[in-house]
Amino acid sequence: MNRALLDEFSNRELVQGLAKQIARLAEGRETPLTFMEVCGTHTMSIYQYGIRSLLPDKVRLISGPGCPVCVTPVGYVDKAVAYARQTNIIIATFGDMLRVPGSSSCLMQERALGADIRIVYSPLDALALAGKNPEKQIIFLGVGFETTAPTIAGTILSAASRGIENFFILAAHKTIPIPMSILSDDPELAIDGYLCPAHVSTIIGAEAYRFLAEEHGVPCVVTGFEPADILQGVAMLVTQVVEGRSTVENQYRRFVLPEGNPKAKEFLTRVFVPSDAAWRGLGVIPGSGLAIAPEFARFDAEKALPVTVEKPREPEGCCCGEVLKGKITPFDCPLFGTACTPEQPVGACMVSSEGSCAAAYKYGQ
Amino acid sequence: MDKDLILLGHGSGGRLSHQLLDELIIPTLSGISTTGQNDAAILHHDGRRIAFTTDSYVVDPIFFPGGNIGHLAINGTVNDLAMVGAQPIAISVGLIMEEGFSRSALAEILRSMREAADLAGVVIAAGDTKVVPRGKADRIFINTSGIGYFRHELEIGGANARVGDKILINGTIGDHGVAVMAKREGLELDTDILSDCAPLNGLVESLLEEGAAIHVLRDPTRGGVATTLKEIAIQSNVSISLDEVSLPLKGAVRGVCAVLGLDPLYVANEGKVLAIVAPDVAERVLERMKGHPLGRDAAIIGEVTDGIGGKVRMETLVGGTRAVEMLAGEQLPRIC
Amino acid sequence: MCLAVPMQITSRDGESITAEIDGVSREASLMMLGEEVQVGDYVLIHAGFAISRLDEEEALETLAIMRECLALSQSPT
Repeated sequence: MNRALLDEFSNRELVQGLAKQIARLAEGRETPLTFMEVCGTHTMSIYQYGIRSLLPDKVRLISGPGCPVCVTPVGYVDKAVAYARQTNIIIATFGDMLRVPGSSSCLMQERALGADIRIVYSPLDALALAGKNPEKQIIFLGVGFETTAPTIAGTILSAASRGIENFFILAAHKTIPIPMSILSDDPELAIDGYLCPAHVSTIIGAEAYRFLAEEHGVPCVVTGFEPADILQGVAMLVTQVVEGRSTVENQYRRFVLPEGNPKAKEFLTRVFVPSDAAWRGLGVIPGSGLAIAPEFARFDAEKALPVTVEKPREPEGCCCGEVLKGKITPFDCPLFGTACTPEQPVGACMVSSEGSCAAAYKYGQ
Repeated sequence: MDKDLILLGHGSGGRLSHQLLDELIIPTLSGISTTGQNDAAILHHDGRRIAFTTDSYVVDPIFFPGGNIGHLAINGTVNDLAMVGAQPIAISVGLIMEEGFSRSALAEILRSMREAADLAGVVIAAGDTKVVPRGKADRIFINTSGIGYFRHELEIGGANARVGDKILINGTIGDHGVAVMAKREGLELDTDILSDCAPLNGLVESLLEEGAAIHVLRDPTRGGVATTLKEIAIQSNVSISLDEVSLPLKGAVRGVCAVLGLDPLYVANEGKVLAIVAPDVAERVLERMKGHPLGRDAAIIGEVTDGIGGKVRMETLVGGTRAVEMLAGEQLPRIC
Repeated sequence: MCLAVPMQITSRDGESITAEIDGVSREASLMMLGEEVQVGDYVLIHAGFAISRLDEEEALETLAIMRECLALSQSPT
């Protein structure tokens, strides 16, 4: 294995060959096919490479709620803002969270007003901040799906074993399979198949989607994020539909195992417990969240650090919910490009750099 | 969101910056049309043209791989003059330092400025020095202004792109921004990437020998190649088509962008010039660039096409098409 | 939703590795990876953690299927 071989997954000729295969498979179909991807990295990759322009008209790709930043509720941002305003607190966060709108402010604005908010690449960097700033409380914004949650779990375990007392997580982790089942049962959506996430699947495994294919009748293909991966994943979905099958297939076998990553899954069960989670635009979905387990409550910002938060207010006219469910495209939202733009976003879909609306705005059609 | 607040994004060179300029700053300060903005102002005096420009440097970190704020401060202003086709003559330097700043760091920055000025063939003719209390400035801020004169009658500016023109760049994209970001605390990546900070007036001088076939010159600094071409597409009211395969890109820059989730098209460059030229001279201009030490990796990266004014599209690496829009605020490293 | 990049392990010290792509290196943790890895292996790095190891055979097989598809699309029908 070397760089050149890795690059093959974005090889132009292979991509063009796969595009032709999809066109052949879809030929003669009367009804269009709609496939949903639920992974922000897929959303970005599809836009960045112009994948839609390579597909025949009757094969549609829509984006679902695959961006954990986009589905973070207003109330969570309000809480982060409230903490940021306390002078003894340093907020450490992934860059994506900075511009997500809260009820009346956002972290970027708070930073402009003097709050100590640091962008980090890894939660371990946030833990290092705790070591370097013993007089402050460091709160890491724990947002993400099953790819990121184990990294936070690992960081908490590391903090525990080192006896660090000034490190906290404001947890808003979510899991993806349950929302996928809710969306697939939605009669208004008519999803013909799922491009299952690339990296969440390395953790939860390809088998995690079997219930979707067998009990909900939706073809599933675990797909990598390189352009050739995405096209091969789409080809496999079209094939399933054409052959009248509904099963789980794994296109990303070079990194995804049927059972996923058992050690990472064990981290999740050790540090988190399933909870009901509020999804921006989708409401509360039972069992779709990960809350910090009682044993680690001392690292849970909400339990350990008191704060008063304003009552959350959802923005008027925001259609993020419909966009996140894939019911409308960003371009259908009346606020898109006018009242809601990347620099003055109303909803989270426009704010997160991999949100459907932000991607649509940047890469356009 | 509080609309009275000035945000970091207002200074980052993208859409927010343009809004602030167009809505407040330019209308208040002068009557110049907002679509007439070029890298330097051209003043007419006694039948002669003078180019005049200013820029302020507030970078963090002030020392970065391949240079420091001093190099940037001189080269940036030299380049702004070069982009309108002027020969830079003299630079002024305004220093604002925070109390407690290191004198030896200042000495190194000043040496770099002298070095850059000598390389560019300009004299540092005037200056000012201020010190403010601790906490009131971030170590050192530098403002440089520059004047230049014209040895020709050519009109070079952002409104001159014409359908059929070819678009060239003198080398790899994203080097500067990535060199700086990779070293930021919290993102520490181990890499050899150096800033491409350099004075472009020499390279530009050789291009100007093609005369009136050179239509637009602009250096893609903040906001990157994407934002700069978008600005030109709007100013000239043309469509631009880019070919991603031909974009010169260092492997290491690609690597950092992959890890941090950045798009190199939007990353700042400090030693690059975009030249939009008549199609019949494109190959010759390419050869001129390649013949210059700052142009070894030059390439033709796109063309000006017939179509809706202000649109920039790109044929992607795999043969798809995507639109290229303006950057909104700073590009932040992402995890999701 | 989860930006992860395949990088090659260039050195290892217990649970800590240095991983590299295109000449760019970063420290990462093996804490949440149960599979055995060694210097030279490729792993997916997300937020400073290795989350999966590249299975080279599978990678080559996936590419082979893609190449087959290309050959089919180029052959006269």
